[in-house]
Amino acid sequence: MDQATLADLIDGKLPWHQLKEVLSGNKDIARFDLYIEVLQSRVSFKETILLPLGEHLYVVVDASGRRIVKCDCGYEFGPVERNWKCASAVLVRDSDELLEEIYDPWNRCDPSWEELREFYCPGCWSLLEVEAAPPGYPVMFDFQPDIDTFYQEYLGRPVPRS
Amino acid sequence: MTTISTDLSQSPPAGNSPSLIEKMALSKRQYEETGHYKGIDQLRLKQTDHFRYERVWAELRGALVSARETALHISASPIVRNIGELCFALYTPEGDSVVVSTGIITHVHTMSEGIKYMISQAYEDSPGIKEGDIFCNNDPTLGNVHTTDVHTIIPLFYEGELIGWAGGVAHQVDIGAGTPGHDPVASANRYEDGFYVTCEKVGSNHQLHKDWQIRAGLSTRTPVYWALDEKCRIAGCYIVKEALDRVIASEGIDYVRQFMDEAVEEGRQIFLARIKERLVPGIYETASFFDAPYADKAWHPEARIDYLMHAPLTLTIGAGGQFHMSMDGASAPVPMPFNASEGSMQGALWVLLTQTLIYDGKVNDGAYLAAGHNFPAGTWCNAQDHSLAYGSPWAFLIPSFTGLFRLLSRGYFARGFREEIVTGYGFTGDPLQGGGFLADGKTYFPVSNFELCAVGLGARGTMDGLDAAYAMWNPEADMGDAEVWETIESGLLYLSRRYKPDTAGYGRYRGGSGWEALRYVHGVQALQLYSFREGRVFHGGAGLYGGYPNSADYKVRVHNTNMAQLAAARKPYPLGEADPSDSELERLVQGEFLRTNEGMMFPEAFGDGDLFLSLFSGGPGYGDPLERDPQSVARDVLGHVYLPETAERAFGVVVRTSGDEMVVDEAATKTARENLRLRRSARAVSYEEFYARERELITTGQLSSPVRQMYQQSMHLSPSWAAKFKQFWNLPDTFSL
Repeated sequence: MDQATLADLIDGKLPWHQLKEVLSGNKDIARFDLYIEVLQSRVSFKETILLPLGEHLYVVVDASGRRIVKCDCGYEFGPVERNWKCASAVLVRDSDELLEEIYDPWNRCDPSWEELREFYCPGCWSLLEVEAAPPGYPVMFDFQPDIDTFYQEYLGRPVPRS
Repeated sequence: MTTISTDLSQSPPAGNSPSLIEKMALSKRQYEETGHYKGIDQLRLKQTDHFRYERVWAELRGALVSARETALHISASPIVRNIGELCFALYTPEGDSVVVSTGIITHVHTMSEGIKYMISQAYEDSPGIKEGDIFCNNDPTLGNVHTTDVHTIIPLFYEGELIGWAGGVAHQVDIGAGTPGHDPVASANRYEDGFYVTCEKVGSNHQLHKDWQIRAGLSTRTPVYWALDEKCRIAGCYIVKEALDRVIASEGIDYVRQFMDEAVEEGRQIFLARIKERLVPGIYETASFFDAPYADKAWHPEARIDYLMHAPLTLTIGAGGQFHMSMDGASAPVPMPFNASEGSMQGALWVLLTQTLIYDGKVNDGAYLAAGHNFPAGTWCNAQDHSLAYGSPWAFLIPSFTGLFRLLSRGYFARGFREEIVTGYGFTGDPLQGGGFLADGKTYFPVSNFELCAVGLGARGTMDGLDAAYAMWNPEADMGDAEVWETIESGLLYLSRRYKPDTAGYGRYRGGSGWEALRYVHGVQALQLYSFREGRVFHGGAGLYGGYPNSADYKVRVHNTNMAQLAAARKPYPLGEADPSDSELERLVQGEFLRTNEGMMFPEAFGDGDLFLSLFSGGPGYGDPLERDPQSVARDVLGHVYLPETAERAFGVVVRTSGDEMVVDEAATKTARENLRLRRSARAVSYEEFYARERELITTGQLSSPVRQMYQQSMHLSPSWAAKFKQFWNLPDTFSL
């Protein structure tokens, strides 16, 4: 896969006949490096991307070697070991009115059983994650990557230091 | 509480060759000691002659697929024939699957559990395992999912020695439960689940026992369909047997024995390699929920509760590609038919893995061996109490596994394999069921619709989810022909089948759309109907990366309508309810409307002219809906996936009709999206404020009864989950709800 094809895949612009080939074909171990290249070329910040964490979010290593979660707008969510949601802005749809802003009254959940939590980037106000959970449910820590093991054992090379 | 024994320490039968118990124990020990299936660390057959090895695989795989396709045309009930609710598998002597067919392959592993149960209970001694024997099982406590999935299993012999097993599963129209149908809602214990067959020998010398045929025929409401499906399963098993005999004749018995073992080990190795190829090591977490509002419905006093199912899911991927998933913290079993056995959860785990990580290669129990799991004993997902009801475990099982797709997708995202991402799936629910008598008062007809086998798939990482074309338990989703369903459900006609707007979860890529079917009761003397879906909560969880959950269900039916008068006057009649808040049903029909925002409906009497609206789920979304291409949203509105007002309020896209087209108002869309972004910044609060508010709900007792009870159960059943909960909310060790 070349860089342009991967860029189209990321943007959802790959025509179906090409996407089908990608789906049915073998996975190229080189995909990750190409992926990082494409993503790094798209962000305005200088830090090295270690791992894409989600739409808009990356684990990066800064000049001092710290691994932090960063939005493509530049907003920093703090160390990767801490749930990035703890540095987000939150809207909880926990009433009929708030749920019915986006769902028909017959299509929504009952807020006494479940609420919707919307986690935004305070820098660009992109919606980064939605949780559907009962009131009082601990915030989900979706993914805690073991970056050292990933680079060493899966990719066979050390983690970039900066 | 009692549990059926699975003690492996029973003494083996006397004889020179190892007993099946000994073989199974040896296989288990070899795996534990070496980490390889039967200690096989080298795939010698594959290495020696790759083409021969793959040719044998292809021949057996083809035979299994052919068995399914052929058998359902030999003899099968409409539910099996119409949508292929059937699968077959070939097993090692110890009961590990080697090769499988297409179809409802979630049952490949459940049959494995049944075989292992028979071995562990020394069936070799009694009732004996001989060539020509036929066994039947549908007991969830031995590994099955629910009683309506019936297994037929035959031992395969070569020159007097058992060399494997063939098994087939078919889903029944009716299983003789307390209420007609295949997924009851009203049963509260085993004794209402219907006809139980607990690994019984039902045939010898290649013939079914007469007494068995009589008993089975009297134990369901649809004996003809039962007999047709049993013949179907037997026919398929014998097609598998003949295929194995052919391979033995061409390759030799020694080769085939070794091949079966190596194929399982290869399946295991492929799974581990896939993990390292496609995921990132670490810890992945999510949770799913499902509502059972029974307080005002249940027939049994003990079931009159509002229950919230809790399925926390933690996936740990290790340095060597090790896979371990855990549902530690799951809530308690219920006096409802939604309890699940460990075997059914294992089967569900396996069937999902075959759709995402190991959809090619050697799909067999090798992957099951490599997929470590913890379904905690004493919870709903491993109840270990055979007296409970297991009639419809799908109600909890299906939502609980949406989390697995979400978690794996986070790994795919991180590696750049965006094309493999899927955010979850809709609930294959609203199984309209019941039964009744036609106007002659004599002709019984079942209502056991399975068009739910085609709901919305979650959005992908590169495209929208499939519309009305996915079922998590059957990778060959198919809603079946309406005409065939009408043939069976002869007092219940179709007025329509069409997309249901607003069922697809919002996102940059939307979930697959759900759909609706309007049914009309006609020519009956009596009829009862019931169904279930989620309603108080969204199905499973949300989507991914800003994607929203698909819509929750509601129920609407209309009794004592004026449909006959409308027809006589040739006036328009409804085709559904595209917008429940501006109901086509209510505009066009007069009658007694029953409408609830719950998905659960207990058995209810229906009569001629009544209407029932079946509602099938959409899938969850992916990404921020404000990033969805406005032209795609316009196509959604034109295609009845979303209503125009939903396009504006959820996506910030303003559309208007222009002839036959739906066009985007670019300027209004720009303004709408800017306003929605501004609204986000104006109303969102800091995480600290959010945390304080949520914590206060707990500490001041503001939780509703089902939510509070869910936390109480999870904390009681899992000290580790309790500790995690208290730590997160900074509560003292002594805290209780």
